[in-house]
Amino acid sequence: MSLDPEQSLQFSPLHRLQWEEAQQKYVILYPEGMVELNHSSAEILKLCDGAHKAADIVAELEAKFQASGLENDIHQFLSAALQNGWIKHV
Amino acid sequence: MSETNPAPIHPGIGAPRWLLAELSYKCPLQCPYCSNPLDYARYPDELSTEDWKRVLTQARRMGAVQLGFSGGEPLTRPDLIELVAHARELGYYTNLITSGYGLSEEKIVALKQAGLDHIQISIQASDPVLNDYIAGATTYLEKQAVARLIKKHGYPMVLCVVIHRQNIEQMPGILAMAEELGADYLELANTQYYGWAHQNRETLLPTREQFIAAEKIAQAHKEKVAGKMKIYYVVPDYYEDRPKACMNGWGSTFLTIAPDGVALPCHSARELPGLDCPNVKDYSIEQIWRDSRAFNLFRGTAWMQEPCASCDEKHKDFGGCHCQAYLFNQDMHSTDPVCSKSPQRWKVDAAIAAAATAAQAAEQPLLFRNPKNSKQFRPSGNE
Ligand code: SF4
Ligand code: SF4
Repeated sequence: MSLDPEQSLQFSPLHRLQWEEAQQKYVILYPEGMVELNHSSAEILKLCDGAHKAADIVAELEAKFQASGLENDIHQFLSAALQNGWIKHV
Repeated sequence: MSETNPAPIHPGIGAPRWLLAELSYKCPLQCPYCSNPLDYARYPDELSTEDWKRVLTQARRMGAVQLGFSGGEPLTRPDLIELVAHARELGYYTNLITSGYGLSEEKIVALKQAGLDHIQISIQASDPVLNDYIAGATTYLEKQAVARLIKKHGYPMVLCVVIHRQNIEQMPGILAMAEELGADYLELANTQYYGWAHQNRETLLPTREQFIAAEKIAQAHKEKVAGKMKIYYVVPDYYEDRPKACMNGWGSTFLTIAPDGVALPCHSARELPGLDCPNVKDYSIEQIWRDSRAFNLFRGTAWMQEPCASCDEKHKDFGGCHCQAYLFNQDMHSTDPVCSKSPQRWKVDAAIAAAATAAQAAEQPLLFRNPKNSKQFRPSGNE
């Protein structure tokens, strides 16, 4: 499954994204597994809420962190997240 | 989650992340590879609901996040729903590890409402006759129906099939069954030869040829179903030349609580003599994890003998599995004999050869896991 810029993204109902106090980080939980997320990955995934398309996520994060040129990195991460089944197209 | 101050852990000791709550040794099935101790019938005591809630709260506070409710059959506990609700409230990712037998639709719904995240159901084979024989109970049709109900109610479903010589040639059928039932994850767990499985090893251990053929089929299928179903393939370590990194390092990640409250660094550790595992009725999870002799015994590398002690791979596999070392060498400090560097590796090869010979002969009867058979075994010393 490859990233479709025209479609909104949502977090997978078969996974859970959760802040872990003990680890001071976000994690993805799924059957038999856990992925620890770094700060930027978590920021991207939190925007996969069914309302944002890839371009919206880029725009929002560039504004939030007052940065530019994030598109490549974010697209790469979203594609990997799709592959892993963490997110899906709405 | 209401806890905001996670308990500090001693430097150098990580926090438990996975908690396996074995709620009860009771089970209507009799799988001859069951991971419960051989003498499980000697430990009929079960923790109270309050004990379990305290354990869940304490472990969560330390950072445990993955939680499996297992057994025996966890459905035999009347307070299962209450415990799931408590766990979910604490922020655990909760898993019910069940045979599926006796799981009604009503209960599936109630568990969902209580916050259960996913269900792992085991099926013994892809055809009813073998399934019911291995399970020691007529369960095939009900398991199939329960698997469909699990999907109907929106759970992620893990289908677990324990692989051994009696079902390994059904691999294509097992893969087709998993797809047909809509499993999100298929765990193909080659039998690990401890406890009951060790007793039945000559009848359960596949030959090398069978293993290679089955693995090839499973790996090819992995690619075919990528994106739809994830396949976890647990290799049979006898056919490897390095041991598995047991429990990701002793006392590093995993914590098992047995039905009577005994805390174990690994679910088969109850079989290790003199390990003297602490009970959650006497100590807090933090005391057990941090201070108990049992949990500290194999932390780090100071306990190691040769060839592990001077081996440059010791941080990769931590010397392998202590239960296996004990079973083969009667010495839990020795190198896991699966390792080709172990002077005892010939014993594993001899077991493989014995199983291959047995495969040619008429099959021996299996020793089924039930209270009557359990009572013939001596207590292992971890009262
Ligand atoms: S392995 Fe079989 S006998 Fe053992 S607890 Fe699980 S279902 Fe019961
Ligand atoms: S000798 Fe010990 S540490 Fe080295 S590879 Fe074998 S089991 Fe692992």
